[in-house]
Amino acid sequence: MSSETQSPETTGLRAWLLSSSPASRGQARVGRAYVGWLAFRSNHLAMLGLGIVLLLIILAIFAPVIAPYDPNAQVLADRLQFFSAQHWFGTDELGRDIFSRIVHGSRLTLYIVVLVAIIAAPIGLAVGTTAGYLGGWTDTVLMRMTDIFLAFPKLVLALALVAALGPGIENAIIAIAVTSWPPYARIARAETITIRNSDFISAVRLQGAGRMRIIWSHIVPLCTSSLIVRVTLDMAGIILIAAGLGFLGLGAQPPLPEWGAMISSGRKVLPTYWWVATVPGVAIFIVSLGFNLLGDGLRDVLDPKTGGQG
Amino acid sequence: MTLGVDREDRAGKGFGGLSLPRPLRVTLNLVVTVALTFLGLLFVTFIIGRVVPIDPVLAIVGDRAPEHVVERVRIELGLDLPLYEQFAIYVWDVLQGDLGESVLTANPVLEDIKRVFPATLELATVATLFGVLLGVPMGVLAAVNQGRWPDQVIRVVGLLGYSIPVFWLGLMGLLLFYATLDLVPGPGRLNFIYDDMVDPVTGVLLIDSAMAGEWDIFWNAASHLVLPSVILGYFSLAYISRMTRSFMLEQLSQEYITTARVKGVKEWRVIWVHALGNVWVPLVTVIALSYANLLEGSVLTEIVFAWPGLGFYLTQSLLNADMNAVLGATMVVGAVFIGINLLSDLLYKLLDPRAR
Repeated sequence: MSSETQSPETTGLRAWLLSSSPASRGQARVGRAYVGWLAFRSNHLAMLGLGIVLLLIILAIFAPVIAPYDPNAQVLADRLQFFSAQHWFGTDELGRDIFSRIVHGSRLTLYIVVLVAIIAAPIGLAVGTTAGYLGGWTDTVLMRMTDIFLAFPKLVLALALVAALGPGIENAIIAIAVTSWPPYARIARAETITIRNSDFISAVRLQGAGRMRIIWSHIVPLCTSSLIVRVTLDMAGIILIAAGLGFLGLGAQPPLPEWGAMISSGRKVLPTYWWVATVPGVAIFIVSLGFNLLGDGLRDVLDPKTGGQG
Repeated sequence: MTLGVDREDRAGKGFGGLSLPRPLRVTLNLVVTVALTFLGLLFVTFIIGRVVPIDPVLAIVGDRAPEHVVERVRIELGLDLPLYEQFAIYVWDVLQGDLGESVLTANPVLEDIKRVFPATLELATVATLFGVLLGVPMGVLAAVNQGRWPDQVIRVVGLLGYSIPVFWLGLMGLLLFYATLDLVPGPGRLNFIYDDMVDPVTGVLLIDSAMAGEWDIFWNAASHLVLPSVILGYFSLAYISRMTRSFMLEQLSQEYITTARVKGVKEWRVIWVHALGNVWVPLVTVIALSYANLLEGSVLTEIVFAWPGLGFYLTQSLLNADMNAVLGATMVVGAVFIGINLLSDLLYKLLDPRAR
C-alpha cells in the first residue's frame, strides 16, 4: 500500500481512503485504518519494531527452509565452534548449530506469546467489562479477585504454578496467562465505566437489548484498541518471563531450542565459550525490543490520550 | 499496575451505609482490604498446593505402603476433611507462623525463610538505592532537556530496561567484569574463606560485619554486592528515571514555576528545589513499587550470582519438588508485596496534604 502511492489508480485509492464523507461503513473503517497507518509509518522506531516482529513471524513460518541444519542434530566433533561460514553463530556444547536453533526457537517464542495473549486478553476483557457494566457487588467481587492476582509478583506466581503443574512449555503458558490477565481486566473496567453512561448505550438499552448483548456487541469493541496496545506492550514482558522460566529449567524442556533454556545450557560453558549463552540472549533482547517499539507506536496511534510522553 | 489498596476511594460505599467518622472509616476500609487481599493470597497458594500432581501421602509413605497406612497418613494430614475445613486449618496455621516443614532442609519453612530473607533484602535495598540515586537526577535532567540528548539517553535506558532479560545481563556482567576484566569477585556473597565468620545478627552482611568491626569481611561483602546490585538496580533505574521525567515535565509546565522564574529565582533552585520538591510525593509510590518489583527480579539474579536469598531458596525448593517451601516463599513474597504497596499508600497520604 505504501510503496505505490504515485500511480493514478492508487491516487484514486488514496482519495477514496482519505475521503471525509465515506459512502459506507466499510469505507470509513478502512479509511480510519489508513490514517492510522500513515501516522504509524511516520514513526521510525515503531516501524523498526514492526520490522522486527514481522521478521520473527517470517522466521517462525519458514524456519525449516531458513535454518541450514536440523536444530537437534548433534555433531559432537564440531562442538563449541566459534562463528564461521559453516556455522554463522557457532555451535553449542553438543555440536548443534546455534543459528538453526535460534531460527527454530522463534517458533516457540511466537507460540508462547500468541497463546498467552489469546488466553489472557479475553479473560481480562470478560472480567473487566462485566465488572464495569454491572457495577455493585459483581464489580466489588471481581475487582477484589483481580487485586489479589495483582498482589503477586508475576514471576513468583508463575513459578509456584509451574511447580504445581509440572515443568513444560504448555504449563508455562498457562502459568503466564494466569498472571497476565489482571491488568487487562482493570483497563477494560475503566473503559467500560466511561462508556457505560453514554447516550448510545442508553439508546440500545431502550431498544430492549440485554446486558450480555450490550457488553458483547457495544462495549467490548470499544475496549479492544486500548487492550491491543496493552497486550502488545506486555508481549516483551511475556517473552522475558517465558525466557526466565526456560532459564530456570521450568519452561520448555530440552532439547527444544527455547532461547531461555539455551542461555541456561550455555551458562555451563562460560566464560570460555561465551557465544553459546550470548547469542540467544541477543535474540531475546531484539525481539522484546521489537515488541516494545511496536507497542509504543501503536499506543501513539490508537490511544492518543496516554501517548506521547514516554 | 499496583495493588488497588484504597487507590480509588471506596470509602463510604463498602459498609452498607454505616456512617463512621472519616479517619476511622478509611482505616477500617484499609484493614478490611488488606485482610481480604491477604486471605485471597492464602487461597491462591492453598489452591496451588492442591493441584500438585504429587500425592502428598504417597510422597511420605511411598507407593508400596499398605492400604491402611495410606489411609492413616491421609487422616493425619487432614486430607480427608472437606476443602473449606482444610483451608481454614491452613489459614490458622499460617497466622501462627506455621508454614510446614521443608522436605529439602528438614527445617520449618519459616525458619529457612528468616535465614535467607536478609540476603535478598540486602540485594534489593542496595539495588534500589542505586536506582534512586542515579535515576532521579537522570530523570530531572531529561525533563529539563526535553528532546535533547539527555532525554534520548533516558529513552534508550528505559527501552533496554524493558527488553533485556535480567539473568542474561547478569551472566554478561560476570563474563565481562569477573571473567575477563577481573574487577569484581565471582558469584556468592563472600569469598569462601570468610564463610560463617560473622555471627548473623541481622543477616545483612554489611551491617553484621560492620558491627563486629570485621572490615575485611565488610569490604569483601561489599565487593560481592556491587555487580548483582548494579545489574538489578539497572531495572529500577530505567523505571524510576522514566517516571521522574514525566512527573517533572508535569510540574515544570505549572504556573508556579513561571512565577518563580519571573521573580528571579535561580534556575537550578527552580528545578531542584521547587519542581523536584513536588515530585517526591508521587515518586515515593514509584520507588516503593520498584522495590517490590526487585524482589521478583532478584529471583533470577540470585540464581545467576549464586546469592543465597529467597529467590535462590524458592528455585532450589522448586527443582526438588519441595512444595511447602515453594508455597511458603511465594506467600512471603506476596505478603511483602502487599505490605510495601500498603506502606507506599500510607506514605502518600502522609506526604501529600491534598490526599489527607
